[in-house]
Amino acid sequence: MNQPELEQMTAAPNSWHMIRALAGIGLMCALLIVSTYELTFDIIKQNKAEVLERAIFKVLPGAESKAIFIVKDGQVEKLIGDGNGETRYYAGFDANDDLVGVALEAGGQGFQDVIHILLGFNPEKQIIIGMQVLESKETPGLGDKIEKDPAFQKNFEALDVALSDDGSSLKNEIVFKKNGTKSNPWELDGITGATISSKAIAAILQASASQNMPVLYKNREKFKQQ
Amino acid sequence: MDTNTFIKGLWKDNPVFVQVLGMCPTLAVTNSATNAMAMGLATAFVLIMSSTLVSLLRNFIPKQVRIATFILIIATFVTVAEYLIQAISIDIHKALGAFIALIVVNCVILGRAEAFASKNSVGKSILDAAGMGVGFTFALLCLGAVREILGSGTFFEYQVFGHGYEPWVLMILPGGGFFTLGAWLLLFNYMKERKAAKMQEISA
Repeated sequence: MNQPELEQMTAAPNSWHMIRALAGIGLMCALLIVSTYELTFDIIKQNKAEVLERAIFKVLPGAESKAIFIVKDGQVEKLIGDGNGETRYYAGFDANDDLVGVALEAGGQGFQDVIHILLGFNPEKQIIIGMQVLESKETPGLGDKIEKDPAFQKNFEALDVALSDDGSSLKNEIVFKKNGTKSNPWELDGITGATISSKAIAAILQASASQNMPVLYKNREKFKQQ
Repeated sequence: MDTNTFIKGLWKDNPVFVQVLGMCPTLAVTNSATNAMAMGLATAFVLIMSSTLVSLLRNFIPKQVRIATFILIIATFVTVAEYLIQAISIDIHKALGAFIALIVVNCVILGRAEAFASKNSVGKSILDAAGMGVGFTFALLCLGAVREILGSGTFFEYQVFGHGYEPWVLMILPGGGFFTLGAWLLLFNYMKERKAAKMQEISA
């Protein structure tokens, strides 16, 4: 290509066309995204609420109804209305209105991105009775086994989170163990091929349990009022 | 209707097996048939929508800024697809995770926009995109099926082998993706060569 031709191709007269095309299409794209967002917002919100609802009853086996509690000024009380994004404690009750346990959300860094999980605690027996993954971007087929693997889910039948004598911290830290080497009730049996993801779960459990278990145990009677 | 425009994407110009494009999602998400199917359909959706729009605007877009505009259009439809998938099913969205955003950089889509949609009528572009989309989904399913059956012993999460089957875990790891892709490419090239040899025989 010789010089005049090149100049013609990149010449100024076209710049208005370029700006027009980029700005016009940019505007059109923005409109398209915003309208899809608006259109799907309510459906997505509802879907997410359904997922949370399903997860709550899964991590609290036997629960049939639930009530939401929050901690306000160090006191546990029932949530009235929509709340302002305080940490929510979902108490689940069985058919006889007895407390099955308390579910709460927890999260932490996984292999790819933050993992959001829901944990079910039994404050009376001081054990974790359920775990469900709410949102994760772990590798499909490997890291996402933390959601499906039945052997891994067995960890959460009765994971020990007993408090120390003064009730302010855990007696035993929740620790990660390689697959098949779990020997104590407070250890987490990992998944082969998903070591980092299952280690991340152990860390999230430890952080959430050491923070929340003292609160849950101290207020275990208050959660019983439905 | 120009059926050839549609059919060439399925077989003769299959984006994965013949053009060897879009290798990142091909290798990354095909460790189960369900993931492969969902990824294929999401890509096909973005492909069809962006080809339509590119073709509609082909006389409005100056040559110098065409790549930037194409990427803008593709990225828009990927975002739209992400919201739609979340609205349809949070579970599918969870399964595809990080890979939805990666549809933007799938070169099959930019390739079709540049090589076909920007030079052809809207109808033809839609046909071409649909053919390529179906071909891409088909190729991903080929890989996903083999890897899931060998690597997990299941197909679309249904048990294929008895419980005594020891899964060949390597197949769902990245290495298995390369092995499976290599095997399929070998098969396709072998068939192509045999066909070429036959043609030569006939003409000779």
